Parts: sequence; C-alpha cells; structure tokens
Amino acid sequence: MQDIDIKSIPRVEEITALHGAFAGTPVKDAETFNERMHSKNRVVASIEEAIRLSGLRDGMTVSFHHHFRNGDFIVNMVLDEIARLGIKNLTLAASSLTDIHEPLIGHIKNGVVTHIETSGLRGKLAEAISRGLMDFPVVFRSHGGRAAAIESGEVHIDVAFLGAPSCDPYGNANGYNRDEENSTSCGSLGYAKLDALMADKTVVITDHLVRFPNAPFGIPESNVDYVVKVDCIGDPKGIMSGATRYTKNPKELLIAKTTADVIEASGYFYDGFSMQMGSGGASLATARFLREKMIASNYRARFALGGITGQIVEMHEEGLIDKILDVQSFDLIAANSLKNNRFHQQIDASYYASYRNRGAAVNQLDFVVLSALEIDTDFNVNVLTGSDGVIRGAIGGHPDTAAGASLAVVVAPLTRGRIPSIVRRVNTIVTPGSVVDVVVTDQGVAVNPARPDVKEKLEAAGIPVTSIEKLRERCERIVGIPEPIKYKDRIVGISMYRDNTVIDLIRQIDEG
Amino acid sequence: MKLRRSMLFVPGNNPGMVRDAHIYGSDSIMFDLEDSVSINEKDSARFLVYSALTKLSYGSKELVVRINDLGSGLGIHDLEAVVRAQPDVIRLPKTESAKDVLECEAEIERIERAAGIPVGKTRMMAAIESALGVLNAKEIAFSSKRLIGIALGAEDYVTDLKTTRSDGTELFFARCMILNAARAAGIDALDTVYSDVNNEEGFLAEAELIHKLGFNGKSVINPRQIPPLHRVFTPRQKDLEKARAVIEASEEAERRGSGVVALNGKMIDKPVVARAHYLVQLAAAANRTPIEEV
Repeated sequence: MQDIDIKSIPRVEEITALHGAFAGTPVKDAETFNERMHSKNRVVASIEEAIRLSGLRDGMTVSFHHHFRNGDFIVNMVLDEIARLGIKNLTLAASSLTDIHEPLIGHIKNGVVTHIETSGLRGKLAEAISRGLMDFPVVFRSHGGRAAAIESGEVHIDVAFLGAPSCDPYGNANGYNRDEENSTSCGSLGYAKLDALMADKTVVITDHLVRFPNAPFGIPESNVDYVVKVDCIGDPKGIMSGATRYTKNPKELLIAKTTADVIEASGYFYDGFSMQMGSGGASLATARFLREKMIASNYRARFALGGITGQIVEMHEEGLIDKILDVQSFDLIAANSLKNNRFHQQIDASYYASYRNRGAAVNQLDFVVLSALEIDTDFNVNVLTGSDGVIRGAIGGHPDTAAGASLAVVVAPLTRGRIPSIVRRVNTIVTPGSVVDVVVTDQGVAVNPARPDVKEKLEAAGIPVTSIEKLRERCERIVGIPEPIKYKDRIVGISMYRDNTVIDLIRQIDEG
Repeated sequence: MKLRRSMLFVPGNNPGMVRDAHIYGSDSIMFDLEDSVSINEKDSARFLVYSALTKLSYGSKELVVRINDLGSGLGIHDLEAVVRAQPDVIRLPKTESAKDVLECEAEIERIERAAGIPVGKTRMMAAIESALGVLNAKEIAFSSKRLIGIALGAEDYVTDLKTTRSDGTELFFARCMILNAARAAGIDALDTVYSDVNNEEGFLAEAELIHKLGFNGKSVINPRQIPPLHRVFTPRQKDLEKARAVIEASEEAERRGSGVVALNGKMIDKPVVARAHYLVQLAAAANRTPIEEV
C-alpha cells in the first residue's frame, strides 16, 4: 500500500468526514446471509433487555401506537417491565389509549407514569382520570397536532416501543405478515412510522420474526434500534374486525343518504374529487350512497384518505377510487389491500395531518364526513367527553381533516336516547365551529353561516336547509335541556387544537 | 287526494321509534297499540302514544293509531285515550262486519262529544283479517262515512285460511275483494305488511304486484322498506307526460267553459283527469326529500 501523507493535502482541515489514511479492513465476514441474520442482528432477548439497552431512565418519555386498538398487549407489557425495573416519573406519549389500558391506573398510582399525552381515553382509565387520578393534566392532541409536536422536537420521544405483526432481525417492520396468512394484522403502521423516525431509541416488538428483508416495509430498519420477539402482541379480535359492515340502522342510513345528497350538491363532487369518511355508522354508510352517485355520473375519486375500511377498498378495486392513502386500517380487508394493492399507500401521521406540513394529505381533501357526540350552535364539535362530563373518546383526526377539507360535514342523530346532540355549548371543544361547514342530522341539515355558498348550492338542489338554532330548539322540544354537569375546579385534561394551542379544558367531575 | 303509498308501523311502546317515526318519509305513521305491544305493556303504550300525539309534532304525516279490537276489552280504553289526542285516523283491527265498524264509530262519536271535538273529525280505517271479513268487504267499505280506507291484514287471514304466506297466490282473492270493495265505496285500498325485512327482492316483487292491482299503498314494518316502495309508486316519465297533457287539456276546457275535455281529438272522462292529477302528485312526492321542518 502506498504511504499517504494526509497533511500534504491542501486545505485538508476544511474537508469534513475524513478519518485519516486507509489502514486496512477487518476480517471479511464469510458467513452466509442466512447465518448472519441469526448471528449479527438487532434482536435482543427480552423487553427488559431492550429497556436496559435503550438507556431509559426516570423522567423520560416513552411512546406507543394505537394500531392494535382494543387488542393491544404492548403498552401493558412494556409498562409492567418498566415498573419492575423501578423506573419512574415517565411521560407516556401514546397516539391513543383505550379500554384495554386499564392497568395504567396502577402504574399511575405507583408513580411509574406521571404524565400522559394521547389522542383519547376510554373505559376505566378514562373514568379514573376524569375523577382526578393524575396531578398533571392529560394532554389531548389530534393526530396531526401530535405529529407536528414530535416533528418539531417539542414532544421529544426518548424511547418508542412499537408493536408490529411482522419484523425482520434488523427492524424492517410491517402491520401485516407476508410470510404467513393467518397471523395478527393491523394494516398500516402510520402512527408508528413517525415515532420510529423521531425517537432517540426505537424498539420493535413482534410476534413474527421473519427473514430479512421484510419488504416492502412500513418501518425501515434505519429507524429501529432493537427488535424483541414475544409470543403474543395482541388479541386479533380486539385489533380489528374481519370486515366493517354497513349499518342496517335506518336512522344512520337516512343520515348517510342525506349526507351523500349534500355532498353531491355542494360543488365538491366532480370527476377526480378526494374524500375521507370518518368511522361511525352514518359516515361509513355515506360511502355506499356516494358510490351509487359515482357510478351514475361516471365519476372517479382521485384518492381516499384516512382510516381505511373495506368499503373504500372495494371502491378502489372496482376502479372508482384511484389511490388510497392509509394512515390506519380499520378492518382486515383494508389490511390485506395494503399488502396486495399497489396503489394503496401507507402514510405516516405527519404526511396525513401535520399543520407544519404544507403537503399534508388532509389539505388536499375536497370533503370529509365526521361523526360527533355534540355540536353546539357555533358549530363547535365535541368527540371527547360524554354527557356526564367523563372522558370517553378520542380527538383522532377530527380537527385536522375538518380544517384541511374544503367541505367538512359533521353527522349525528339529533338525539341519542334522552341525550341531545345539538346543544347551546358543547362540553369540550375539540373542533372549532370555524372549520365545520355542514351539520347533517336525521331531522335536518344546517349550514354554517360562514358558508353561504354551500347553503345556496344545497337549496338550489332542493335540499331543505334549516338553521343550527332550529335544530337545537327541536332537540330541546324532544328531550328538554339537561341539567348542567357539575365539575370541580381541578383541570384533568387539556384539549389541544391541531396547532397545539389550548382550545378547551376538561375538569374533574363533581359527583358530590 | 291524500297519498298513502306507505304506512309505517311503529310499536306504541317503543319511545325511540315513536319519537322519530316521521323522519323516514312515509306518507302515514301508524302507532300500534295492538299486536306489537305485549299485554303487560298495553297501558304504557297507550300513555306513550297519547303523549307523543299531544306533545310532539310530526309535520305533514298522516297519523293513524291502531287500537285493540273492542271485543278484547282493551279497545275502549285505547279509544278513550287516543281519540282525545286527535290523530287523523283510528285503525280498527280484525273487522268482520259493518257492525264492528259502527260499534267503534259510536264510541268515537261519544268521546268526541265528551271531549269537545267536532263530531266526525276522527276518521277511521278498517283492517280485514279473516275469511268472513273478506267476504263482507263490501258492507264494511260502505259502513261509515268516516272510513278513509280498508286494509288487508294478511298474517291472521292466512292462518284463518289454513295456509301460510308465500308468493301472493294465497292472498289474491282477498286482495281483489278488498280492492273492489274499496273502489266501489270510493275509498282507499291498503295492502298488508311484508315481514321478511332482509328479503328486498321479495318485498319489491310484492310491492310491484299490489301497485299493478291498484292498491293505494302498503304498510311497512321497517323504514328501509319505504324508499323501494316509493320507487315502485313513482310514475314512469311517459305516463307522467301524458298525465300532464291531460291536465292541460282539462284546464283548457275549463277556461273555455266547456264540460268536454278532449286530447288529440279523443274525449277524456273525468276519472282519467283525476288519475292524471294523482300521477302528478305521485311524481312530486317522489322528488321530495324526507326531511321536513316540523
């Protein structure tokens, strides 16, 4: 080898990434690729070891995704290990939490978790928090708001623990398994992708360790530090249903039909439109009526966004929707489509909805159909707290899609049992009325006065439009005005708008 | 002419359904106090329907209450409550003779007088549900001025005939009897329910059959049956155009002060003009959205 005098290179001190003269290579690895996969990889023996290796300490932030919904074993499994290791005072930044995460109550009581960031809470955990379980209020962020906060570094994830239905020994992870048909499946890993990218350390926890490369992948190995194989990541029944069925509830069908008529008349139904359908019977069923209209008009949608269901997949497969952008798959048909359909694209939370991202897909929506627990006469929407003031829902992408879409249609039955849906003031503002354009109920359609153009179009199409005040009056005539909910002064939750400004406060309920 | 394409059955003891019955766009709503209400809920259903009729508003819907038959001992209590709530129509079940109608009418009249309601304001319809009732269809149809129509109640009828519901053959005679009796008396003929809610094809076939026979409409037990039923009753464009031409010709004749209506050189009879108005009315109703301000 030739002697190289590094110092003889002109301006050598200005050349970066120059590590001296070549000094030979280590001994070449002669194992087969297959052997190497087993001997040199990112797999660690247990969750406990992954926690130790990640350097997790008191006061840090851990993150989780909610793609396993109510079948998720990851959060409880990991927190049990963390608690055993004696680590305390953690911030838990989950993309969402639900009924199955009830054991968190114990981890909050023993000081393992002292702060929670999430899109939503349900079940016993939500009830305990509404009753003042935590000193530090829970921060509720929309999917887009969370993505923006993580991207900007304002919410800094120290360690992300991400469950995946399949992963190879280097960390290429997927929400389904290409090697086995009958394994757990959650489809898109949209909310996990950004966590993997931004966390200091990322641990993928899987029940199916598959051969390298697990491609095409949802999470690339470059964003993963450790891989743990466990027996079970979740309960498939709770993770997703086989197929989301269309509702047979006549009232939901009526709302859906009216919603489709509203969209058709609104000016945002044309050849090449874009759409998102929220979860919930009526919003999902709207797709069915739109499908009929699309066939009749010979229209195609350029893309469908969002939580994706089998209905959207069927429309894609019959050529009515060109592309699917999928941040979260709602049923097995959607998960399988993500695996098999070329133009069914997995996207991350920032791509989906971050306000910091000019190209966010929500900004390209013509219309979105969203459900609501309550809507007030200023068109503000609540999807987070129930009529008893208890937290029982999730912000999800509600404010992101409402703000991004040119036409945000919010659907709700006028009353649910004895509970009014149209009220003077919602319990908790999640989506401000300024981004809600039309409210469709079973007993009338109201258009936000800020959108006289839409009102005019609906009326021209023969759709009777009433005012939100009239809907509220009708509501009150039927079920009366409920007594106000009693709260204490203590703040238990903060409702953040998608730009991470505080839009409302949730207080401890007063049951005294 | 009042459209009665669809009459939505609503169990009188179901508050949610009673409250929302008007949103589905049926022409009539029939609150049931009879077969869909179990014996231990008869009084609560009566109270619920009374309260709904007096407190809620159902827009332009025709409101019908099906009472229990007087022979059961329950019917009189039903009448005492609901006549005071002033529905449009009282539906009498299991009608077998003119006498059944007249007995009920007498009670209604007594309650109207007691409650200060104009006598005759409460209209009636009679459901025929037995072989004897079918044979007496004519005397039933002619029995009272209050009658707006007679209806077939098929479930009890096929049991009485010792058969079951199938493709409609078993109901053919009853349907023709009821239809002819109604038309002779100048009132409406209304068909029975189709209870297999998930069999959309079967429902549609039955709806088409009774439409062809000449019935004004049909009872429905699920709101999902209303849109397909209304589609069956929507006139074809060709028939509609002809109807409009007939109406124009009759208006033209009126302007001229002539009693003779002619179109394309042909004389047109009065019933044809009436039929034309009915078709135009059906077409207008088909285009209306179910949502109305109430």
